[in-house]
Amino acid sequence: MTKTKTKGNSRRRSGNIGLLIPMYVFTILFVALPILYLFLLSFLQRAQVWGVDFTFTLDNYKRILEPLYLDTFWQSLKLAFTATFFVALIGYPYGYFMARMSAVWKRRMLLLIMIPFWTSALIRLYGWIIVFRSNGVLDKILMGLHLTDQPLKLLYTYPAVVVGMVYSLLPFMILAVYSSAEKLDMSLVEASRDLGASSWTAFWTVSFRLTLPGLLSGVVLSFIPSMGLFFIADILGGNKIVLVGSVIQEQITKGRNQPFAAALSAVLMVLTSVMIRLYRKITGTSQLEGML
Amino acid sequence: MGESILQLQQIRKSFDNTEVLKGIDLEAAQGEFITLLGASGCGKTTTLRIIAGLELPDSGQVILEGRDITDWEPNRRDVNTVFQNYALFPHMNVADNVGYGLKIRKVPKAEIERKVEQALRLVQLEEYGKRMPDQLSGGQKQRIAIARAVINEPKVLLLDEPLGALDLKLRRQMQLELKRLQKQLGITFIYITHDQEEAINMSDRIGVMHEGVLEQLGTPNEVYYQPRTSYVADFVGNANILHKNGETLAIRSENIRMDGESVCTLDAVVVEKSFAGGQLRILFRLADGQLLTASRYGIDNDIQPGETVKIGWDAKDAVKVIDNDKDENQR
Repeated sequence: MTKTKTKGNSRRRSGNIGLLIPMYVFTILFVALPILYLFLLSFLQRAQVWGVDFTFTLDNYKRILEPLYLDTFWQSLKLAFTATFFVALIGYPYGYFMARMSAVWKRRMLLLIMIPFWTSALIRLYGWIIVFRSNGVLDKILMGLHLTDQPLKLLYTYPAVVVGMVYSLLPFMILAVYSSAEKLDMSLVEASRDLGASSWTAFWTVSFRLTLPGLLSGVVLSFIPSMGLFFIADILGGNKIVLVGSVIQEQITKGRNQPFAAALSAVLMVLTSVMIRLYRKITGTSQLEGML
Repeated sequence: MGESILQLQQIRKSFDNTEVLKGIDLEAAQGEFITLLGASGCGKTTTLRIIAGLELPDSGQVILEGRDITDWEPNRRDVNTVFQNYALFPHMNVADNVGYGLKIRKVPKAEIERKVEQALRLVQLEEYGKRMPDQLSGGQKQRIAIARAVINEPKVLLLDEPLGALDLKLRRQMQLELKRLQKQLGITFIYITHDQEEAINMSDRIGVMHEGVLEQLGTPNEVYYQPRTSYVADFVGNANILHKNGETLAIRSENIRMDGESVCTLDAVVVEKSFAGGQLRILFRLADGQLLTASRYGIDNDIQPGETVKIGWDAKDAVKVIDNDKDENQR
């Protein structure tokens, strides 16, 4: 009985390895090779008219050190931090309480998060223009309630970009926190209360501490994309807020300087890798909560 | 028996329109070991959670040292719980787990360290302070959970099937250890189990619960020899429940006689014979169709299935009980 079971298991295991081959091929073809190409490209020169000149240079990286580009990185980081902060502030309670709800309400709350995904992110961002523009929905509501007496002119401002970012990144945070809070054993909270902790102390010493991996993974999952979500800054921030993502896109399309764009991307990638390293060090896990 | 420390008065509780506690009255004395015994779903865990403050009763009072604590938050009660799944904090090492209650109460660090050491010595795990909970065996987790609770010197310690997850050998050993610990500390224990042997081995008094009712509260002797209801007789003593002349009798299998004595007046057909654990068990069918089991040590019994024999019992061994199936009102 036991013997046949083991045999069946080992057969299935060897079958698994066969099934993994397409995944490796896919990863090498579409992830590893493009990244390698990107790094190689970043050490090459831009050709006079079109394409790339195959001569080695470090100029692309030197150029990033120019104040203009350093400032762009700094602005991007600042915006990413700000957006991530608000994403955590809203997303953590949402995800945490969603995990505590009954099965029916869980489904409803999840649906609320999923529905926006049925439409293109671009179209949803144009929706925010209607809200933010002068005499738009927001202004009308605020003026109707006599909270303000003139249009706020929020469109093409920094806050508008932050709102757009937070809006786009919130689902990642919520799902990350949710998957972590879902696993939280409530008897631990009860034990903490039983041992003399107020509900607030029990939350900080037990619940929060045990859902921290979810929060941190949500932070990573929001922070990394927010460095590259240039179209949000473009649509809601006009040309006033320039992010690394926008510069990269501009260098490829308008500047036709692929090597420089590659160098910028490489730096961005290294920065985000450092973030993930940090996350692993703090939480001691290698997996991001909420990612399947 | 010492003075009364904990009282439950007419505790009632319903979940989703199902009444799980139907008016529980219980009084525990200082230093007493009380076991709530019952099958799963009988309401024993809910009773414990109400004492701990993790659940609020719909009506009734919980009184600790003369004060009504029915509505008190769990953290304000001088009561600690050992949870069924231990509920050790996975992100803290053993010492931090054990010292948690003291740290919450802002006890000075040096004193916490001293007391943690003392508590770990009490459960014989002095060397384990730096370990994480997932590096402990089931029995060790159990002891840490106990150390974490008793370090706070509660007036009453609540234990929710603390030995349920352990294997039989370890369970026997822990039963003795727990009993020793309870004597040593002098704390009142309210202990929950569904294992009647465990209850009889450890308790000063046993409360047998059934469908939200405390059927009987008494010493192990009382519960075993003088069951009040047919349920108690069956659950604690595995007794035969017999209906005769409008009365319900509980007769334990070892007291059924078939040795030709004058009390053996009933005709009984042997239905089945089985031998297990050094005991021969014989299932009889009486003339009126009722079944009953007799047990004997050894196998020296030559009666065979299908035979009819005379059986009976001494009048002192037949205990008149209230029939749970028939008479709900008499209880």
